[in-house]
Formats: sequence, structure tokens, C-alpha cells
Amino acid sequence: MSETLEQIVKDMKERFAVESSVYAGDTTLLLSPEYLQAAFQTLRDEYHFNMIVDVTAVDYWPQQEPRFHVVYHIYSMLNNDILRVRVPLNGNGPHLPTIEKIYPGANWKEREVWDLFGITFDGHSDLRRIVMPYDWQGHPLRKDYPLGYEEVQFTFNAAEIDKRKPYAKD
Amino acid sequence: MGLEEKTGNMGVVTTTLETVVNWSRTNSMWPLLFGLACCAIEMMGAQASNYDLSRFGMELNRASPRQSDLMIVAGRVSRKMAPVLRQLYDQMPDPKWVLAMGDCASCGGVFNNYAIVQGVDEVVPVDVYVSGCPPRPEGLIHGILTLHEKVKKEKITHWA
Repeated sequence: MSETLEQIVKDMKERFAVESSVYAGDTTLLLSPEYLQAAFQTLRDEYHFNMIVDVTAVDYWPQQEPRFHVVYHIYSMLNNDILRVRVPLNGNGPHLPTIEKIYPGANWKEREVWDLFGITFDGHSDLRRIVMPYDWQGHPLRKDYPLGYEEVQFTFNAAEIDKRKPYAKD
Repeated sequence: MGLEEKTGNMGVVTTTLETVVNWSRTNSMWPLLFGLACCAIEMMGAQASNYDLSRFGMELNRASPRQSDLMIVAGRVSRKMAPVLRQLYDQMPDPKWVLAMGDCASCGGVFNNYAIVQGVDEVVPVDVYVSGCPPRPEGLIHGILTLHEKVKKEKITHWA
């Protein structure tokens, strides 16, 4: 960890009660959801983290509670530092405030997280599906989403399955 | 040293309309230019100079469905892509054929899950299935020649 980043982590601990950890040279802050917008505003305006690299999520069901972690990666072009911010979220109707107003690039990334994990971003300007078709039901990257499976045809059951298989007409 | 000296004066050749039309269809079949996954790489390999699909009149991929009569579905088709594929098929003029290249297009292959269409025959009517993951260029060429055999057997009553 560089000295500037160390100082930033120390300040963030005082101001937003984050927990920090370092793994393989990457610094992670564990932030509680209520400070989300204020923390990112501070990181961008005061600590020069001027670029959002990624917004994604992890589903730890059923091993861990809270179930979801939303993960933000931000980058400081001035100091060449990258910082990971994780926000734990409970599984029941999970929602977070959007950071679209702070980082406009987060728009599509939050849409993707909503599409695949069903985490709502309050105040998002255009929360539509981005990866799955618009009429899709459910959020496929959740661990409790059924994978879907079609019976495999072998010689002994090929004819039987063929009867109920949909075939396109001309 | 012309063709006439070798074959003699051919004069008149008698044949049937079916034979001539089917022969011309097989020898200038234009595939639709699109690839969906890794099978497309093998398709390109089949059309490049090593395997040289142009020997069979297949070298000209058309970038528009209005000008093509063969759809080679090279790769997996996702549920989101399926309506697009069907629209491309609908835009192709008759007569048209579909070749499902590889396991994914034929039956879903290793992707037995919610996101991938389990066999492209759910979306468009398929004439020839080519197995392999991905099939080698020889496999694709064999599939196309099999399709040629099928086209050559078509009857005037099927033309509609």
C-alpha cells in the first residue's frame, strides 16, 4: 500500500467507520450501506478517485450472512491507486442508493448488477435489464436461481423426448 | 487444345429442368456471413486457402440475408439472440437452407442451461447437422456436400 493510500484508508476509518483489509497488494474497504453516497462523494472530491472501474456483486448464499456483497472498484489517476469498496447487503429485497450522480459511468454497471443479482439501486435514472432479454423472469446470477436443464437424449429415450421437443416450422 | 477437341462436338445435351436447376443451386450457394462463437473460426478456416471451400462454389459469403440462401449457424445461440436469428432466416429469399454447425447449434452442446437454446431447430428448420466441438473444416465441408446431395434430390413438386 502506498503512503497516500494508507492515509486515505486511515481518514476513511475515522469518517465512515470502514474496516480495511489488504490481500495480494489490493486494499479493500468494508463500508456500511448508509454511508455509501457520502463516502464515494468524499473519495472522488477529496481523494481524487476520479474513475469507476467496476461495479459488481457476489452472492454468498447459503454460507454467509449478509448474503450479498456489492463490490466497487475505483481508481485514482492522480496517485495511480486502486481501491476496492465492498458493501454487505441482506438478501430480503436488497437495495442501495445509486452512485450514478457521482460516477456517471456506474449507470450501466448498476443496471447489470440489478439485472443479474436483483439488487435495486434507488434513484437510478434508467434501471432496465441490460444483459438478459427485457421480458426475463428472475435474476440468473443468484445462487438460488435454477440453472435450467434439458433432458439429454440417448438412444433409449431419444424418440420419447423428441415427441415433446419444440421444432420450428418453415 | 480446347475443350471441344477433348470431348468432341457436344452439340446438344438433354437433361431435366430439375437437374439443371439443382445443379446450379448447389454450385453457387451463398452462405450468410455471420458467426456466433468458436465454430465461426473453423468456418473461416474452411473458406480460406488451405481447405478452400470455393472449390464447391461456396466462397462468397453475403453480408445481407437478402442475397444469401444458406444459413450456417456457427456457434451457440442464446435466448436473447434467437429472435434475431429467426428474423435473419425470415429475411432470406426462398429457396433457403440451414446448416447447424457444431454441437451447440445442433443440441445445446455443453451449455445445458437456461441461457442457451437447446438446438437451433427450435427456432429455424435445420437441413443438416454437423457434429463436433468445433467441427474441423473437413467436417463442415462434408456437411455442406451432404446438403448439396440433398438439394440435388429435390423435386420440381417441392419448389412451390
